Amino acid sequence: MSTAIGPAAHLGTVATLRRGFRLSPEIRRGLGVTLVLAAVTTVGRIVVPLAVQQTTDRGLLAPGGPDVGVVWRTVALASAVVVVTGTCAYAVNVRLFRASESGLATLRIKAFRHIHDLSVLTQSTERRGSMVSRVTSDVDTISQFVQSGGIALVLSLGQIAVATALMLVYSPALTAVVWLCFLPLLVVVRQFQKAVGRAYTSVRERVGDMLAAISEAVVGASTIRAYGVEERTAARIDAAVEAHRKAAIGAQVRSVLAFSSGQLVAGLTLVVVLVVGTVLAAGGHLSLGELLAFLFLVNLFTQPVQQATEILNELQNAVAGWRRVIGVIDTPADVADPGEAGTDLPRGPIEVEFDRVSFAYPGGPTVLHDVSLTIAPRSRVAIVGETGSGKSTLARLLTRLMDPTSGVVRLDGADLRRVRFSSLRERVVLVPQEGFLFDATLLENVRFGRPSASEAEVRLALTELGLEGWVDALPRGLRTEVGQRGESLSAGERQLVALARAYLADPDLLVLDEATSAVDPSTEVRLQRALDGLTRGRTSIAIAHRLSTAEAADEVLVVDDGRVVERGPHRDLVGQGGVYAALHASWSAQQRGG
Amino acid sequence: MSVAAAPTVRRSLRIVATGVRRQPRWFAAAVAGSTVYGVMTALTAWAIGKVTREQVTPAVEAGHATSGQLLATAGWVGGVVLVNLVAVVVRRIAAGYTMYDVAAAYRRDVTRQYLRLPLAWHHRHPSGQLLSNANADVEATWNVFAPLPMALGVVVMLVAGIVQMVVVDPVLALIGLGVFPALFLANAAFQRAMSPRATRAQQLRADVSEVAHESVEAALVVKAMGRESEETERFATVSHRLRDANIAVGRTRGTFDPVIEAIPTLGTLAVLAVGTTRVAGGDLAPAQVVQIAYLISVLAFPVRALGWVLGELPRTVVGWERVDAVLRAQGEMRHGEERLDGSGPSHAVLRDAHYSYDITTEEGEEARSRVVHGVTIDVPAGSTTALVGPTGSGKSTLANLVVRLVDPERGDATIDGVDLRRAARGEVPGTATLVPQQTFLFDDTVRGNVALGAPLPDREVWEALAVAQADSFVRQLEHGLETRVGERGASLSGGQRQRIALARAVARRPRLLVLDDATSAVDPTVEQAILAGLRQSSAGTTVLVVAYRMATITLADQVVFIEHGRVVDHGTHAELLGRCAGYERLVTAYAREAAERAAVAGDEELAR
Repeated sequence: MSTAIGPAAHLGTVATLRRGFRLSPEIRRGLGVTLVLAAVTTVGRIVVPLAVQQTTDRGLLAPGGPDVGVVWRTVALASAVVVVTGTCAYAVNVRLFRASESGLATLRIKAFRHIHDLSVLTQSTERRGSMVSRVTSDVDTISQFVQSGGIALVLSLGQIAVATALMLVYSPALTAVVWLCFLPLLVVVRQFQKAVGRAYTSVRERVGDMLAAISEAVVGASTIRAYGVEERTAARIDAAVEAHRKAAIGAQVRSVLAFSSGQLVAGLTLVVVLVVGTVLAAGGHLSLGELLAFLFLVNLFTQPVQQATEILNELQNAVAGWRRVIGVIDTPADVADPGEAGTDLPRGPIEVEFDRVSFAYPGGPTVLHDVSLTIAPRSRVAIVGETGSGKSTLARLLTRLMDPTSGVVRLDGADLRRVRFSSLRERVVLVPQEGFLFDATLLENVRFGRPSASEAEVRLALTELGLEGWVDALPRGLRTEVGQRGESLSAGERQLVALARAYLADPDLLVLDEATSAVDPSTEVRLQRALDGLTRGRTSIAIAHRLSTAEAADEVLVVDDGRVVERGPHRDLVGQGGVYAALHASWSAQQRGG
Repeated sequence: MSVAAAPTVRRSLRIVATGVRRQPRWFAAAVAGSTVYGVMTALTAWAIGKVTREQVTPAVEAGHATSGQLLATAGWVGGVVLVNLVAVVVRRIAAGYTMYDVAAAYRRDVTRQYLRLPLAWHHRHPSGQLLSNANADVEATWNVFAPLPMALGVVVMLVAGIVQMVVVDPVLALIGLGVFPALFLANAAFQRAMSPRATRAQQLRADVSEVAHESVEAALVVKAMGRESEETERFATVSHRLRDANIAVGRTRGTFDPVIEAIPTLGTLAVLAVGTTRVAGGDLAPAQVVQIAYLISVLAFPVRALGWVLGELPRTVVGWERVDAVLRAQGEMRHGEERLDGSGPSHAVLRDAHYSYDITTEEGEEARSRVVHGVTIDVPAGSTTALVGPTGSGKSTLANLVVRLVDPERGDATIDGVDLRRAARGEVPGTATLVPQQTFLFDDTVRGNVALGAPLPDREVWEALAVAQADSFVRQLEHGLETRVGERGASLSGGQRQRIALARAVARRPRLLVLDDATSAVDPTVEQAILAGLRQSSAGTTVLVVAYRMATITLADQVVFIEHGRVVDHGTHAELLGRCAGYERLVTAYAREAAERAAVAGDEELAR
């Protein structure tokens, strides 16, 4: 059911490009005009050989001595052509840049959005750093390729065509020689390209590993210091850095060999052209000017062929990046928004129903077994049970962060899989244990729950939760910057913010997954009371290991080993002498300090 | 070269020199290869001029080519080409080694700084930025090593080429001397226009990375709140800024590329025109005109390598500035010489400790926010002390002070009478262990996370896991101790991660164990078992525990009650209950709540 994010490795180079172009329609927009302009641009490149031939045959070696007038006219005409084609080159550059950068921005944003659309399970199959690199450095690689190589590639191919055309005019025989020298290269280059492509894929993977290793030193900074394991961490980073260095150098050596094979062929071609050309010229099949022009043309021909070889290597690198971005986009969002086809939940208290719901993590044991239960609208339910009993799984199924392996979860009778996300997320809010805070002010973090809320509404929400005293004691009140990941606040304070955020969102079904585990008891009790008052008339489900929450609930669900083993009001369950009674006895003993 | 670009060039040359010192041999090899390449490329035109004059023209005039002429032609040109090729291979491979070796060296240096600098520094720097410093910025700094050796070879090539021109014909050499400086000037103007745009694009790439990082880390919350569209909007805003910046870069490049390309072409055409005039005047042979024209066209392309280097220089400077800021960052924790070599439980004291956090206000000003005000706590050897206080009262900061994750601004922290600032490196972590509130696991095996590289026998790892009540679930994992836990322990639940972190602390047999609400994600029965296990195994350990639960608190010999960063009272639990109203309110909150509820329920029943 859940899918890991792949590199889309099955896509070949051409398929990757085609798919990439389709995902970024801007790249193709106006491409026809750009290519025509590029064709005009390449004409500028045969100006020199043409001028050399004309100068030699009609000027320098003109019968009756050098003809200066012809040469100056040729040169003037050629200069005009250079100016015109240069202007076209400018247009080509600007058009290609605009098209490709707009296309890549679209691609980047699509991939980013898709990462958020992937299910929680799919997201957890890949390291965060590696996932981030798919919308950052991988796209940058493509962009850098377009900036440095893409335009040159287009022009190079044009130049090869134009140079060949002029060569054919001068001497079909010598043109055939040039091409014959190059044909074997094409075969060799393909082989090299494959090896180089593999090498660059490996480099990109090593970059991901390296980023992950480095991020440990950043994110785990306090643990590393507390345990004095700086050296061990350093060793792990060094290993990843070294693996990347080796991979990068390996790719470099392969690409140099590929390039050198082109260089070698270019050099040999020059020699062969000189030798064969001399024989042809001696035999009267070629003028000296044409032979000399050929030397320039061979350069014009071999230079882009070599350059193209190199650019194709860079292209491999970019394609590897492109493939990784496409890999994200092509990973099915297995917990998908039904969108237009779905239904909306009407406003008002929500009824929850689990109908023979089972859940197993992919390749893992079943963690929920055939759970059926109904939670009445307006009720306040506490779910308790030991760690690993399946409490959090219930919460995640209920909020459709995951879909059940079998069975159906219904809200107000509607299959959760058919409910539009826009409606679901507005009506049902989950507060996880570690509510992530953004590097922004307290105000902005609370407002995340409802971006349209005014500052007064945020303040009111905090007041209603009894948190105004806490906020006012902060150095800058609502305007306090919480630091990255909220690290300027304590874990308990971060939970307060997460709770206020959910409260501001004003859902009809509030699901708290150990949302106050790090808050001190008296604050928790205060919050509990505030929430009790405020959730009256709504449905609330709280997962907690502090049984004070259970005591206050209308009903307690006891989960054990993936099954609901007991349910009922606190007082009834305590009397039954079952699992709950034992949990509660242990909890009260703790409260008394026994 | 234009004056405006000069500072960047000079600065970046200094940076390059710093890099060369890290890898002088490979760099020397690359430059040597490049020098040969430069000479040989210039000689190609000379060789072609030579064979045209001495072999080809006579053959054409004679109407037939001898094998000797053909052999000489092939030998001269082929020889130059082959030597050139070998030189290019040496140059490029050596340049690769230089670039990647230097980059790896700087990545190690930068990450060493991350490990060395204090937590306060980390708190001031977004992690996305730090990752980008170690990766993209290091790369941007040293990418210059890819074109640099070639550019140096090109300088040699130009000298060889100009000498050749002067030898052939001083008048045509003047054209060459005009073309190459014109190329330089065009390049310099290009760099000057490019530099600010490249800088902006690079900064925006870092911004995009920062937003992506934060948002992906927040994925669960974003999903739970249904804020995917808003987050995408936020990402789109920075992405579009980057797009515009890249397009601006493209426009600049598009303006200069054709100009830079046209200069040698026009130069070649000028050589043809002037050369023909000189030939007509009888000053020059036709083959020499072609030789110089060919020379300019051969040299024109490599000359652009100088442009590539100049193009890399702004990125080098910007990248280096960002890398260097990390390398030069101060505030490394200093260590003394004293050892904490006692045995048995430690005696920890905080005396009149003050602590403030650096905060950045909305206006971007640096300010300090004091969270600990003159706190004195004495944790006697072998005792268990509970630190109790409301959320946000400064308990975690105190825990950090005790194990010297941070230093007090005023006052001091000691263990066994030794001021922690005077303890030698490694002494504090070797003696005192903190289990933080927020668990951090490495992307390693369970064993690796518990032992942290110490050569612990299996038995001890299992013992530690047993104390932390983690042995049974670890046994159920597919590969037991060798199971990889994923990035930050992603494959485990919060409670499981906490128990592994606890086992990690227990396994070190610390003389002082500081638990900062370290069992918040564990349920009560498991917590009870953990506490019992700790009591048994920690006979030789002093324990300082940040706690809310009564069971934990009543195990303590002493309770310190904290509010608003100050010690309100300390004594035994019973003493505090009797005399400290705030304390009483806090710790009995649940019990009072339950009693009130029971009373309300009772009233309701009576009323029926």
